[in-house]
Amino acid sequence: MDVSSPSPAPSNENQTDQPPLLTYVPIRGYGRKAAAIVLAAILLSFLVSIAGNDNFGWPVVGQYLFDDRIMSGLFLTSWLTVVTMVIGVVLGTILAIMAMSTNNVISFVANTYLWFFRGTPVLVQLIFWYNLAALFPDLSIGIPFTSLWVSIDTNVAITPVMAAILGLGLNEGAYMSEIIRSGLMSVDSGQRQAAKSLGMTNGKSLWRIVIPQAMPIIIPPTGNQTIGMLKTSSLVSVIALSDLLYSAQTIYSRNFQTIPLLIVACIWYLTATSILTAIQSRIERHYGRSLLQTDAPVRWRLFRSS
Amino acid sequence: MSDPMVVFDRVSKSYGALEVLKGINLEVAPGEVLSLIGPSGSGKSTLLRCVNHLERIDSGAVTVDGELIGYRQVGNLAYELPEKLIARQRARIAMVFQNFNLFGHMTVLENVIEAPTQVLGVPRRHAEEHAAAILERVGLGDKLTSYPRMLSGGQQQRVAIARALAMKPKLILFDEPTSALDPELVGEVLDVMRALAEEGMTMMVVTHEMAFARDVCHRVAFMDGGKIVECGPPGEVLANPSHERTRTFLSKVN
Ligand SMILES: Nc1ncnc2c1ncn2[C@@H]1O[C@H](COP(=O)(O)OP(=O)(O)OP(=O)(O)O)[C@@H](O)[C@H]1O
Ligand SMILES: [Mg+2]
Repeated sequence: MDVSSPSPAPSNENQTDQPPLLTYVPIRGYGRKAAAIVLAAILLSFLVSIAGNDNFGWPVVGQYLFDDRIMSGLFLTSWLTVVTMVIGVVLGTILAIMAMSTNNVISFVANTYLWFFRGTPVLVQLIFWYNLAALFPDLSIGIPFTSLWVSIDTNVAITPVMAAILGLGLNEGAYMSEIIRSGLMSVDSGQRQAAKSLGMTNGKSLWRIVIPQAMPIIIPPTGNQTIGMLKTSSLVSVIALSDLLYSAQTIYSRNFQTIPLLIVACIWYLTATSILTAIQSRIERHYGRSLLQTDAPVRWRLFRSS
Repeated sequence: MSDPMVVFDRVSKSYGALEVLKGINLEVAPGEVLSLIGPSGSGKSTLLRCVNHLERIDSGAVTVDGELIGYRQVGNLAYELPEKLIARQRARIAMVFQNFNLFGHMTVLENVIEAPTQVLGVPRRHAEEHAAAILERVGLGDKLTSYPRMLSGGQQQRVAIARALAMKPKLILFDEPTSALDPELVGEVLDVMRALAEEGMTMMVVTHEMAFARDVCHRVAFMDGGKIVECGPPGEVLANPSHERTRTFLSKVN
């Protein structure tokens, strides 16, 4: 044994003058195990009672699950969600940057937008866009005080699909703006100062330094918004578009199989939600990799960092 | 003597009613290491941040390497430069912060190559080789793939210095680089700074480390109330100050 070392390293040899090393026994957690078993039992009996219940009309569910009308409704709901969320994120980023501007006019415009679009029901906004032709029969753009104007019939430009995209997208932009703003504000101002001192322009420091670090804050509520939009988009049935829910409603209004068709709709909503949740957790892991405590190489990169 | 690297000519700056810099005159020669000392709130950080236009000055002029910072002079008028040109001026004036301000989402290597690749347009391969060499020099050759939060404060500040050096700066500004560090980590950062000083890097250092000011700096400027009260070799200012206020300050810190 090394005499100079004040606390000798534990050795495997049995030494009479040393007490034996302790063997650690983890806590048993019987309570937790019992609770888990009880929960599993309740869940199982619940599922069995639903599956065995003829009133749910499971054969009808199977019959309509891949019905053409349901499929086209699912398709509309899916792409409408994607398109409106893309518009919402882009618009929300612009609005968030405007709202944080030191120029009062610019931040006032952004805040007024938020006030209006968050303050009125999205259903009303949809109907408004749908009926735009009644207010402005022609839409024109051009350069003021010149003859360079293009004019089109509002009824041609604002189809129901266009009204749905505008109504949902513009409304979503207002909500996304607050989410993105909270993310941008969560990044320490020293980061932007360091970027500036290295000769980066504002745009570059926003894109390369601030936004990537704001992502962990921005993503979870954005996932919420996307899943919410999946269902909010069913409002478009008021402007004569057949989304997933409306397609189910159309079918059961004829055959009166209300519950089975609503179950069909829910199965597809849950499927879409599962896919979105999986995408969200991938994105989260991508942006969270600097928070990991190891030097291990990262296997699940979402994007190649060239 | 060669042309000065940094010139402050009657520089004044206020935050609202509070005048933080009151007609500062100062010259820093190439290769010189100048330390700025003084009580809290005396305007040291503000002065430093005027050198790279992180703060706008109200009157006077700041020149680095003969170039007016932040403005373009036409006769008696000075027009503020567009953002891009200011960024270009800043690219050669490095700054090291009290809180390191490393980019948290990037590895050590990515932190160091970020500005060379994004701002100077250096090819990535080239930038990585250069960065690895600099990190080796500051003793962090084995930390290239670590993220900042896995490093100690002293290591983080050395990465910050490496990030500054990667831009091949004409001048480095240090704002209390060791104030956020545990006492046993201060030495490793000061050693790197001392090596830079010996290589002839021009440095302006706001510091409370009197030993560093005495042993490494060529000149010490004592600031109080927005003015440079006295400025000279450390042997004079620190050992034998001519002003009462300097004496009072030094008796408090020592
Ligand atoms: N952004 C700002 N807005 C208003 N006042 C400010 C701002 N930044 C600094 N000040 C004020 O300017 C004065 C000088 O600040 P400065 O940071 O330059 O002091 P300092 O000498 O670096 O002090 P310290 O040793 O505490 O860092 C202080 O009174 C401070 O409160
Ligand atoms: Mg300061």
